[in-house]
Amino acid sequence: MSEPVSAVKNAVFSGIVRVEDCGPQGMITLRSDASNAKLKQAVKVVIGADLPPVRGISANGDRAVAWMSPDEWLILLPYAEARAAEAELRKALAGTHHLAETVSDARAFFRVTGDAARVREVLAKLVPVDLHPARFGTGEMRRTRMAQVAAAIWLESEGEARVICFRSVGAYVFDLLSAAAANGSEVAFFDA
Amino acid sequence: MSTRLAQGGRFLNRARKVNFTFNGQHLTGHEGDTLASALLAQGQMMVGRSFKYHRPRGMVASGAEEPNALVNLGSGNRLEPNQRATTTELFDGLTATSQNHWPSLEFDVGAVNTYFSRFLPAGFYYKMFMYPRAFWKHVYEPFIRQSAGLGRAPEPHVRDEDTYEHFYAFVDVLVIGGGVAGLQAALTAGRAGAQVLLIEQTAHWGGRAPVDGGTVDGKPAAEFVDAALAELRGMKNVVLRDRCMGAGVYDHGYVLAYERISDHAPGPAGPRHRLWRLRCKQVVTATGAIERPLSFAGNDIPGVMLASAVRDYAVNYGVSIGDRTVVVTNNDDAYRTAITLKGLGLEVPAIIDARAGGGGALADEARALGIRVETGKAIAKVKGAKRVEGVAICAQAGEGAVLEEIKCDAVAMSGGWSPVVHLWSHCGGKLTWDDAQAMFRPNADLAPTGAAGEAFVIPAGTANGYMGLAEVLADAAAAGVAAAKAVGAKPKKAEAPQASTPDEAPIEPVWLMPQGADIKLRMKAWLDFQNDVKVSDVQLAAREGFESVEHAKRYTTLGMATDQGKLSNINGLAILSDALGQPIPQTGTTTFRPPYTPISMGAIAGEARGKVFQPIRRTPLQDWHEGQGAYFEPVGHWRRPYCYPRGEESHAQAVAREINQTRGSLGMLDASTLGKLIVKGPDAGKFLDMLYTNMMSTLKPGRCRYGLMCSENGFLMDDGVVARIHDDTFLCHTTTGGADRIHAHMEEWLQTEWWDWQVYVANVTEQYGQIAVVGPDARKVLEKLGGMDVSKDTLPFMAWADGELGGIACRVYRISFSGELSYEIAVDAGHARALWDKLLESGAEFNVMPYGTEALHVMRAEKGFIMIGDETDGTVIPQDLGLDWAISKKKEDYIGKRAQERSHMTDPRRWKLVGLETVDGSKLPDGAYAVADGKNANGQRNVQGRVTSTYHSPTLGRGIAMGLVLNGPDRMGEVIEFPGTDGKTYKARIVDPVFFDKDGEKQNV
Repeated sequence: MSEPVSAVKNAVFSGIVRVEDCGPQGMITLRSDASNAKLKQAVKVVIGADLPPVRGISANGDRAVAWMSPDEWLILLPYAEARAAEAELRKALAGTHHLAETVSDARAFFRVTGDAARVREVLAKLVPVDLHPARFGTGEMRRTRMAQVAAAIWLESEGEARVICFRSVGAYVFDLLSAAAANGSEVAFFDA
Repeated sequence: MSTRLAQGGRFLNRARKVNFTFNGQHLTGHEGDTLASALLAQGQMMVGRSFKYHRPRGMVASGAEEPNALVNLGSGNRLEPNQRATTTELFDGLTATSQNHWPSLEFDVGAVNTYFSRFLPAGFYYKMFMYPRAFWKHVYEPFIRQSAGLGRAPEPHVRDEDTYEHFYAFVDVLVIGGGVAGLQAALTAGRAGAQVLLIEQTAHWGGRAPVDGGTVDGKPAAEFVDAALAELRGMKNVVLRDRCMGAGVYDHGYVLAYERISDHAPGPAGPRHRLWRLRCKQVVTATGAIERPLSFAGNDIPGVMLASAVRDYAVNYGVSIGDRTVVVTNNDDAYRTAITLKGLGLEVPAIIDARAGGGGALADEARALGIRVETGKAIAKVKGAKRVEGVAICAQAGEGAVLEEIKCDAVAMSGGWSPVVHLWSHCGGKLTWDDAQAMFRPNADLAPTGAAGEAFVIPAGTANGYMGLAEVLADAAAAGVAAAKAVGAKPKKAEAPQASTPDEAPIEPVWLMPQGADIKLRMKAWLDFQNDVKVSDVQLAAREGFESVEHAKRYTTLGMATDQGKLSNINGLAILSDALGQPIPQTGTTTFRPPYTPISMGAIAGEARGKVFQPIRRTPLQDWHEGQGAYFEPVGHWRRPYCYPRGEESHAQAVAREINQTRGSLGMLDASTLGKLIVKGPDAGKFLDMLYTNMMSTLKPGRCRYGLMCSENGFLMDDGVVARIHDDTFLCHTTTGGADRIHAHMEEWLQTEWWDWQVYVANVTEQYGQIAVVGPDARKVLEKLGGMDVSKDTLPFMAWADGELGGIACRVYRISFSGELSYEIAVDAGHARALWDKLLESGAEFNVMPYGTEALHVMRAEKGFIMIGDETDGTVIPQDLGLDWAISKKKEDYIGKRAQERSHMTDPRRWKLVGLETVDGSKLPDGAYAVADGKNANGQRNVQGRVTSTYHSPTLGRGIAMGLVLNGPDRMGEVIEFPGTDGKTYKARIVDPVFFDKDGEKQNV
């Protein structure tokens, strides 16, 4: 098997924050009725994390589960493990109505790091989301719009945000984040 | 002459000189100057010519309301027309030029218009330029365009060098305006713990209070401003922003604020402007008030200025407008200007107070300073042309008989104050007429309301109609309390500092000076300086029946210039009311629309320019296509290779080569953009039977079937190959443009109609790169790569299999859109390039070539395959296209079935798909109509068909086309005529739409 290639191939930009391609990342779209009795256990066993609350993301090491909609979750895990986990989930949920599809290659994935306030303001230039520290913290998964395309964001920690978008617009989103991180563009809104 | 005073100017840093140019002349100002104050300090009072009559115009105001001092700022890639000198902070290297004059500012040929002004009344171009009709385009319009107007738009090749950005922020309380009211409201809300954003459009906090005087808690107002700022800056829950204007207030607390980050100091890295896109729970508008001019003859002559502006230039910038300034007023506030000027050692020959009773404490103070005060008097006219030379005085009650003339070189006028209600009004806040103060002010009972019907805008201070410092601060504190409460904070009682200002006598409204001014005077009494609208124009409009204020505005152009009537609106509608004999509130105001003052196009666009102007979708093979120098065509937001020209090849030659190579041996296509939707669940088969016209539930796992999808109205909306993956799982291919649309279509039916069906849909379009390997040698190249059996027996036509090729996991579909032996290989997108490269390498011995979308189109047309968007246009049903074979007769229902049974849909006269071959082998024009005998009701030739696709087929060496023709399938061999837009008539024979390999032998090997 060849080495997988991400949409923008390890691109990096340094301005008021650092923007970098995370490289290939395993992702599985999981759909099921939230009341499915096998769901919680299946996710716990296969991923090792609890189902997150509405708009939440719960992690276990390099694996995580994010809430996407009332009947959809996004599972994050190392790229090479996605297909196997997809099969395990299907097995664990056998006999119940569900869908588990690997979508690792359908996405681009970025890391935005730097001063905590700067990271928030670079995102706030592009997403119509309230990113004030009092109202947006770690553990929250936010599906939103980034300029003209769909995106999802969360804070891995203060000073480190993650951004997911569709693969075809990976270059666009990388360029957007780089423009928003241009030197001299500090907003100083979240510093207080 | 205006000049710089030896002392004063609280905004100035006299130690630092700043160099700039105006009309090429090198001038010097100080740090802290605006362009306007620096020009005035240099004696440059005249800054432009008026819109219509090209009259000389000078500065009238000192802030955002300035109508005259508009300049071209910067040059080349930084040229901006119509920039207000009064809000342009001076910086080293600033270059400005004046506008709307020819050949020069001092001598303007267009000024002759003023002598013909009798022929240029309100609505003149509606009246004068009607006949003869042809004259409009060739004579009148070019003349008007040449003579009227302001700055010129930059040249088309010019590109703005600066960058811009947006910023989304959410706050409890937004306070717009950093005067004492805004500061107090922010203090009160901030102390209560609310999250507050306080914005101020200028570079200075405190608004007018430090200029106008008065004391707060026994100290000068400026000290209150400093203390308030210090406290606010210490609050973690408060953000302050200067050079940031509240531009517009919209539904649900959405507010746009326009921050000018580096206009005052261009150069450093970073954006020039930032557009704040705010969501606010509460908005406090502490936007102050704007002084009104008085309408007297010659009130537009350079040297006539608002009284407050004269005061501002003296106090803030150390600039005197003249040595001898006559003050003319209908209120007490203007006395402050006289007192200020006198205090600076300048002459004030007289204060002309239109009120018979005169003023209060300030008038007494002026008299005590030895200033002559005339009550019940008016200015009959201003003497002078390019500069004030004197004023003729008359009785306000009379018709303008001159009592005496007073020599002066400046006139400071005040017709009272209008609260800045713009932001209050943008989202529906209503106004009330305050007769005592002669002003419109916000009606607090009719505020803009949010989603739950709650008021979300609170006016404060002067913007709310409170004119005295004490009541301003009290009102602002109350606004702060109200805003804090509304957002759930717990404010203490409204504690406003104690302020005091001299008692003032009431204003008396003066809309025309003198009140009985004759027509000659009224024709020289300007209402709108920028658009050249006079008292006589508005009166004429009223006489001609333009009774609605909105109609009168458009007829006269009053208030339609870049200043949107900040100075002229109230005076204009007072004149209109008078002419109509009705009270002012009955006339009402025109609509206040955002933005408050013009904002840059760059700020509106934000980051969306250059390579991020719009998202361009890239397939995993895009880099390769670009490396090959492919010629791209837009397909939605994708850019797909149209063809891959080599050397000097034309596009047509490249397309022909790609087709010949593919039909002869081997070609490859990047088909990654095709939509791929996973449909899974116990009811998936049942669901697809409803979505497609044909039967999908009978498809066997491992097999593929071509399907058609129709809208509820029966029209064909998408097509593609469906593969059954497992018993309960299907993969539906859609067209490139259909991926998102059909996904949404499926979700809509599942969520709204069949919510109880157990089906999930996932859009996996971008998970896979898809490579079509096409041509007689396709199998050989896959067998060379090895890893799976792709033989005819194991993988027959319309089957699929999972496996590996060259060590890369993939899914291979044996489907064909070209009529050739064809494999479409889906591979995880991250491995698509690796597989593509291996295929190219293995295919080299077959001279493999990539082919683009045009070759794809030609090959499908040679086979008579339809294309969504070519053969369909939203009015075509599958039956029109001879696709009855793909419509299940067994199914009880599918989306569109009932519609297709309606009489119009079953009409045998519907045009039907046929092939078309030109008699001479040429290519039919795309979209051409076939004509029939006779004419229709409109006298146009009857038609009997049209071309839907047309190409030159390199395979057949001739033009081929498909089209929809009346009774087409029954008319094989008949020749019909297609007149082209090139004047030629094309003759084409009706033939079978399958031009090539009718029996499909090539794809089924």
